Amino acid sequence: MVIDLDRCTGCQACVVACRQENNVLFAGEDEAKLGRAKFWMNFISEVKGSYPDVRMHFFPIPCMQCDHPPCTKVCPVEATYKNPEGIVAHIYPRCIGVRMCISNCPYTVRYFNWHAPSWPDEYKRGRNPDVYKRRKGVTEKCNFCIQRIRKAKWNAKREKRKLHDGEVIPACAQTCPSEAITFGDLNDPKSRVLKLSKSRRAFRLLDDLGTEPKVYYLKEGEWDDG
Amino acid sequence: MMDSEAIARKHEKILAPMTRAGRMFWATVIPLAAIFLWSVFAFGWQYRSGLGETGMGHPVSWAFYLVNFVFFIGISHAGALVSAVLRITRAGWGTPFGRAFDLGRSSRFYWVALHAQFKSPLLWDFTCIMTYFTVSVIFLYVLMVPDIGLLRERFPNRRWLYRPLSLGWTGTEKEWSTIGKAIGILCVAVIPIAVSVHTVVSWVFGMQTQPMWHSTIFAPYFVVGAIYSGIAAIIVVTLALRKVYHLEDYLKPYHFNNMGLLLLTFTLLWAYFTFAEHLTVGYSGGSAEQAVLWSKLTGKYALLFWIMAVLCFVIPFPILIFWRTLPGLLISSICIIVGMWIERYTIIIPSFIEPRLSYVRGDYMPSWVEWSMTAGLAAGFTLAFVIFSKLFPVISIWETEKEEREKESNPR
Repeated sequence: MVIDLDRCTGCQACVVACRQENNVLFAGEDEAKLGRAKFWMNFISEVKGSYPDVRMHFFPIPCMQCDHPPCTKVCPVEATYKNPEGIVAHIYPRCIGVRMCISNCPYTVRYFNWHAPSWPDEYKRGRNPDVYKRRKGVTEKCNFCIQRIRKAKWNAKREKRKLHDGEVIPACAQTCPSEAITFGDLNDPKSRVLKLSKSRRAFRLLDDLGTEPKVYYLKEGEWDDG
Repeated sequence: MMDSEAIARKHEKILAPMTRAGRMFWATVIPLAAIFLWSVFAFGWQYRSGLGETGMGHPVSWAFYLVNFVFFIGISHAGALVSAVLRITRAGWGTPFGRAFDLGRSSRFYWVALHAQFKSPLLWDFTCIMTYFTVSVIFLYVLMVPDIGLLRERFPNRRWLYRPLSLGWTGTEKEWSTIGKAIGILCVAVIPIAVSVHTVVSWVFGMQTQPMWHSTIFAPYFVVGAIYSGIAAIIVVTLALRKVYHLEDYLKPYHFNNMGLLLLTFTLLWAYFTFAEHLTVGYSGGSAEQAVLWSKLTGKYALLFWIMAVLCFVIPFPILIFWRTLPGLLISSICIIVGMWIERYTIIIPSFIEPRLSYVRGDYMPSWVEWSMTAGLAAGFTLAFVIFSKLFPVISIWETEKEEREKESNPR
């Protein structure tokens, strides 16, 4: 996945689309104050400088799907693992809620179900049936809309062909009005994501930790982590 | 060799507390049991409605329970470790202490069982703790077999308990030589296992990428901290027993002076590790580490951090040098126990509050469930100890006896 920060307008449609697609429960005001809000696609905005020289920075943070994920190796029951596609997947029924993966994620993008899920009635019928239900006491996180990847792969298999670039689009990329998010296969030499990831504007978050994130950001000038 | 009747009469003072259950006993047990039951209720409440009942959230996903886990394991594991080391080095003065601190584990069982149910730590951790638990229960038990044999003769109406536990102990030469061998093996076995337990507990943090946890000295630092708080707990417990059960003849100021010297050694060791750890981070740590360090030194956690420094070093250090008396030991031990709990807290929480990515910020305030569980654990610990002291002698009779005989045969 490549996210072009120069294109991002800060509309946060990706956050909403992700919530809708993956049945990410909203916490409510009181719970959010306790830090229970879940954002599979997190969104950070930052004001730099003071009037009249002000700049806004926007920063959407999904799971980085690290190639060397620190979270998977600390799980005592192997409930989270890097699947053959390179996605850091989480097996909800296996999870016993140790939360060590949460504390070992340097990007802090893993979220915990502190309570049993409860939905307002108006929402119940709008939930996505393709997404696994998470009960209380398990961890969850962004998985690049794995249900969409599965569906596309099954279709391709039925039609006896290979997936073509851009066939799978996660909800965040699909909804982004300024087309800042690009999704594809980094192993495919002809894919758009591979080309963009080689851009001179490209950088990865906390690259020096050696986690090899598979989310690239594009930004003119140097990005400072602080 | 004296017969059991004579020994029992001679050590009447050790056995006496086991026969009485006065008003003091009930005044201690009932409130403790109430607090403990309350914490069971709190746990049930949390079990039903989820961990959301705690004050934890994002990014503070571990809090009070982990602090308690590290703290209580530290206290209980120090007991067996100290008693095994003393036995190997043939430090005679350790005899009266051994039994009292082996008791850590009777309540630890409850703790591990409780924890495994809801959110068990890592697999290594779990393996080590279960191994340690098994070995140390055997260790404690083997040390008690001769005394249980004595108790079986002494208290006919408690035979149902002591007879199966005594394994038909009669005190023949062969039995003594077997038990001597068994104790020798167990002493050696318990030490590496006990060290491994707290090493692995520290690795739960040390192996992670969180700033200020990722440190190579965490394993020895945690082991030292565990023994440090463990010795302090032992001193408090033995002082209490001495007072309540009138064991002044057995637990002499000379014993406490030696324990005080041991505690002093660990005060210095702990201070050394703490200093080394923080100086290294302050001198050359990355920006994420620095953020955590300064939140501890001058920021949000400064108050707790400096209270810890005062309780763990500034108060006990001069006391243990200049005023190594019983009240002095009591004061410094209590300071150290509280201080070490705060130490665990300031190691765990600030790293969560200041994770690597500076955008993610949160706060943490423990909820009533967490306070209840903490109080319940402390109460359960004490309660298990009190009940134990009513069923088994808190000072090993046969070892005291053996030591006296040795002293008689070769007077110094």
